Amino acid sequence: MPPAHSSVVQLVRNLVRKRDFYAGALVILFGLVMALKGPSYKLGTLMHMGPGFLPTALGIILIGLGIAIAATGLSVPEGEDEDILPANPEWFGWACILAGPLCFVLFGTYFGLIPAIFMCVFVSAFGDRSATLRGSSILAAVVTVFGVGLFSYLLQVPMPLLAWRGL
Amino acid sequence: MIETALTDLWYGFGVALQPHNIMWCFIGVLVGNMVGVLPGMGPLATISILLPLTFGIKPVGAILMLAGVMYGAQYGGAICSILLNLPCHPPHAVTCLDGFPMTKQGRGGVALGLTVMASFVGASWGITEMIFLSPILVRVALQFGPAEICSLMLLGLLAGSTLARGSPLKGVAMTVLGLMLGIVGTDLETGAERFTFGMTHLDDGIELVALALGLFGIAEFMNSINQVVSINAKYTNVRLRDMRPTKSDVKQAIAPMFRGTFVGSLCALIPGTGPTIASFVAYATEKKISKHPEKFGTGLIEGVIAPEASTHSSVQGDFIPTMSLGIPGDAVMALLLGALMIQGIVPGPQLIKEHPDIFWGLVASFWIGNILLVLLNVPLIGIWVKLLTIPYKYLYPSALFFVCIGVYAANNDMFQVGETVVIGILGYVLLRLGFHPAPILLGFVLGPRFEENFRRAMLISRGDILVFVERPISAVFIGLCVLLIALQIYVRIRGAKAPIEIPTVLEGAE
Repeated sequence: MPPAHSSVVQLVRNLVRKRDFYAGALVILFGLVMALKGPSYKLGTLMHMGPGFLPTALGIILIGLGIAIAATGLSVPEGEDEDILPANPEWFGWACILAGPLCFVLFGTYFGLIPAIFMCVFVSAFGDRSATLRGSSILAAVVTVFGVGLFSYLLQVPMPLLAWRGL
Repeated sequence: MIETALTDLWYGFGVALQPHNIMWCFIGVLVGNMVGVLPGMGPLATISILLPLTFGIKPVGAILMLAGVMYGAQYGGAICSILLNLPCHPPHAVTCLDGFPMTKQGRGGVALGLTVMASFVGASWGITEMIFLSPILVRVALQFGPAEICSLMLLGLLAGSTLARGSPLKGVAMTVLGLMLGIVGTDLETGAERFTFGMTHLDDGIELVALALGLFGIAEFMNSINQVVSINAKYTNVRLRDMRPTKSDVKQAIAPMFRGTFVGSLCALIPGTGPTIASFVAYATEKKISKHPEKFGTGLIEGVIAPEASTHSSVQGDFIPTMSLGIPGDAVMALLLGALMIQGIVPGPQLIKEHPDIFWGLVASFWIGNILLVLLNVPLIGIWVKLLTIPYKYLYPSALFFVCIGVYAANNDMFQVGETVVIGILGYVLLRLGFHPAPILLGFVLGPRFEENFRRAMLISRGDILVFVERPISAVFIGLCVLLIALQIYVRIRGAKAPIEIPTVLEGAE
């Protein structure tokens, strides 16, 4: 039987493991950004509201909501709702998915639409565990042909097919 | 009143039957039907990708097409649930319970055939409701001042965030976050730049397409990568003649079909209760009034028909507040409103009067679209079933490209593709922390209008915040808001449990 004063410690230790605690913390963070930044845009009066009024008000509401969300973590029994990451995190998969659009930005800015499409699909395809070099290249090539046909010729998206802007 | 409604409808058919409008409607329902079948692609992501491509076409064609994607996807989702036991789309999750057992008994074709029928009946009722209720709502809403509009929006936002799935507190937090994201950019009244952090690219605010595709595209892909189970295509061999139900099947289906339709239309009238809730309520109702409730889950026709009819009737009914009041009930509706706003059309009660071609054309196109869907679904079901077997590893990289080009095409701005990636990361973090991102879109779309009307109401009332409870109509809305919150607290204290077990739904894709 633990002594009485440690029950508070226990409670807090339990709380910081909970998903809702971090959910609440994130919401409080958003609220703080708004509530602190809001007043710098002029608050105005209730009758003549300035641009900072609503953001500040919303920020305060968010902080309140965040505290409430974090507090709900208290009612969750120990051992539940504690994992924020999924059972087997897909770090590599996530990285590939995020790298795809970034490749699109990079190659689209400097080399044009064709390399952009190819690299976007090629890189992101590796996120799947069973992806092969050959499979990804074929998929990327097919999507590139289709994409150029649809977006460049049919829908006239204004982006050069091939370009060289240097790095 | 009926006469004017019918004249207007006649006019609507004139608009919707113009060749190019039929074409857009057809493309919309076809694409919608297709993505409805594809696992891991929702109508939200699809509409967002198509949105930038509609900038070039006339508003009527654009909205007909985007709306077509939305209800077309509902037809496709049922195929997924019945044949594969995969609740790809939340509104069809309950359909799995009795649909898949029917498939195992070799009656999957019949279930699909009857579903198409029920969907059409449900949708038709929803459309009829829209024809007669919208003008009445509009007549009331035209009397609204800024204070009333504000309270109504508040009610819509609150209902949309608390009645959806998940914790109501988190829902409200997401709505407020959406409002905040809607504030980013230049303030229309004073020209002050807010929350741009010195980035000139953000002066025009966050792009709707980037927000939607970040939250429902990239975040969703991150959630499903290497998680999508390989599909059991054992039962997917459905031929056309398997779909014809027998006379006794039809007889058995008629009553649940109308009950489902009724439940769906009721759910459509309550803001915030979308098709997902409608289908669950319809299933629970059927189970309750059935003489043999223990047989549910073993492949009863009622368990398939009622939720499907209810989903479709509520999907069409959801358009009522969206089009007549400018208050969207869920994220898809918010996106459609956003599409209208990009086309330069101000949503609200004046929409029907100022743009009758859009409103009545849309209503008429619902019927055309639904007939097209019935015609499409019957012969094409074989092809849709083949689509189901496309592995996710080919699907998501292609979809990512569509996301990129879609966002780029919105403004020809590469910065916004990067914006989408950032929002995607944020969206995934939020998903992991147990938030549902759909209310963000709701808040984002309504945000600027809410702020504008709030300021105006305060100006008119000379800074008296009590104006919201002093004006009778506004007071009613505020009262409903309070009631809604009280109800949530009551339910929470009593600890009510969901009436039926929900099968594992792919999280997030609303």
